[in-house]
Amino acid sequence: MIANVGAQLGLAYAFVEREIALSKRYWAWEIVWLVYGIVTSLSVAYIGLAAPTITGGSGDTAAVSRLVLYLLVGTITWRFLGLIFEQMAETIAWERWEGTIEYTFMAPVPRVTHLLGMCGATLVRALGFSVAILAAVALFVPVDLSHANALAAAVLLIVGAVAFVGLAIASAVFPLLWTEKGLQMAYIVQAVVLLVSGVYYPTTILPDWMQILSFISPATYVIRGMRDALLDGADLAAVWPNLWPALLVGAISIPLGLRVFLWAERHAKRTGRLKRSG
Amino acid sequence: MAIQVREAKRAEVKSSGRTAALAASDVRKAFRPAKVVPASGTSVRAVDGVSLSVWRGEIYGLLGANGSGKSTLIRLFSTLLTPDAGEVRVFGLDIDRDELAVKRLINRVSVEASFFKKLSAMENLVYAGRLYGVAPDESRPKIVSILRRLGIEDARMKEPLETLSRGMQQKVAIARAFLSTPMLLLLDEPTTGLDVRSKREVQTFVRDLRDEHDATIVLTTHDLDEAARLADRIGILHQGRLVAEGTAEELAAQHGGGTLEDVFMTLTGRRLDDADATEAERPT
Repeated sequence: MIANVGAQLGLAYAFVEREIALSKRYWAWEIVWLVYGIVTSLSVAYIGLAAPTITGGSGDTAAVSRLVLYLLVGTITWRFLGLIFEQMAETIAWERWEGTIEYTFMAPVPRVTHLLGMCGATLVRALGFSVAILAAVALFVPVDLSHANALAAAVLLIVGAVAFVGLAIASAVFPLLWTEKGLQMAYIVQAVVLLVSGVYYPTTILPDWMQILSFISPATYVIRGMRDALLDGADLAAVWPNLWPALLVGAISIPLGLRVFLWAERHAKRTGRLKRSG
Repeated sequence: MAIQVREAKRAEVKSSGRTAALAASDVRKAFRPAKVVPASGTSVRAVDGVSLSVWRGEIYGLLGANGSGKSTLIRLFSTLLTPDAGEVRVFGLDIDRDELAVKRLINRVSVEASFFKKLSAMENLVYAGRLYGVAPDESRPKIVSILRRLGIEDARMKEPLETLSRGMQQKVAIARAFLSTPMLLLLDEPTTGLDVRSKREVQTFVRDLRDEHDATIVLTTHDLDEAARLADRIGILHQGRLVAEGTAEELAAQHGGGTLEDVFMTLTGRRLDDADATEAERPT
């Protein structure tokens, strides 16, 4: 049993090692994405700083500082979750493009182990990017984290990552089923999740039908809880109302995402879609 | 784990005389083309009732023009496609029900050398080895040895694959398949597009692989010389059907004597080159 777990972890690590090697080879693109992430987050922070000028408001320093942190927590948390989503959704599309998909699916690796390895690689990359963006933004914009509850924020981030993995695995199915346009479909799903999850605003301002979507997005709870923890110092007990729905979404979405993926793989084998393109 | 399964299987088949490494029974596969007009697509039978057995230690050549169903058959044998009907067994294991166990016994080389282009041959092969349960400590010296034998210099092993010639990439692809010491190796036109020298090197390696490492090899090709030189038995595929099977001599004797080219023409009504050209011109 333990030997088998060790063997599966060894197989999963193959994907982590491969992704690290690919990141090194595509280092210029990694820098592009990092700069893009920093610039986007900084721009959002400057919108917060400029709010009194834009609206003609009072310019109360504490209120502006709170707004900036509110926006930064949203944008950086979304950057973290978005990277998980993107990389997992691109799992299939990337291998199609490289031409390696047939070899990956022909290898004696259980699909769960394959996806576990890709999740591991994705989490390492997303965490690295988010920490770098936060550090870079802090150089330019004063960020007051004196009230923050780091433990609650960390727990929320971990739970959020797990919850998002299920959604991302399910989205990776699009490129498996639709060889040409599947990735575009996954990006549309990601865009809709961004819109309804309250990344830059409270979800209460959304139309009713969008609030229904925000209800099922794990990002809604993670971002809301992160704000409570980092702006108001909420502890684990205080963030529990946002923690349990994220846990619930994760508990449902991961097995569901895996099941959908396995079904899609069988369908791809029946219809001849498990092949390279380009 | 993969290595243990292979070794157990080797010990099992060694004690059991003549063993079918691959047994296909009435295998069928059809594809529906992309529908331009709804409900207008009729399915195309890529493989139509193929039954064949490949014995352990044999090199079996599948000869056919482009579009005859060779690659579809190889993709079915390598678990990348599921048959619509029929059964495929690898060393007695059903490719559908025992998929993971079958995967541990097989490997494949396709006509395109499919790699992560920016990674080096060494990085690609270490990764491939890990997927088959071969740890880097074990795989690295083995990779160097195989690649040297295939004529790839040490310095080139660390260069991104995209900088290597097509012939070299194909050799790396063969090294990848060999690294996992498969009991059944599926070679789908491995020498297509290679220069004469590279072709000969690959063909020699394939024969050595069978002789020295107890591998069973299924080789698809539309090169008559290659089929005659490498294969112990040859199956001729035409429009998804296995229309003839036997040694080159048996085929010649059964179909009016002459060369393999003559046999192919007798069975299909066309020369192999003409058949390829017709398929190439057919809109897809």
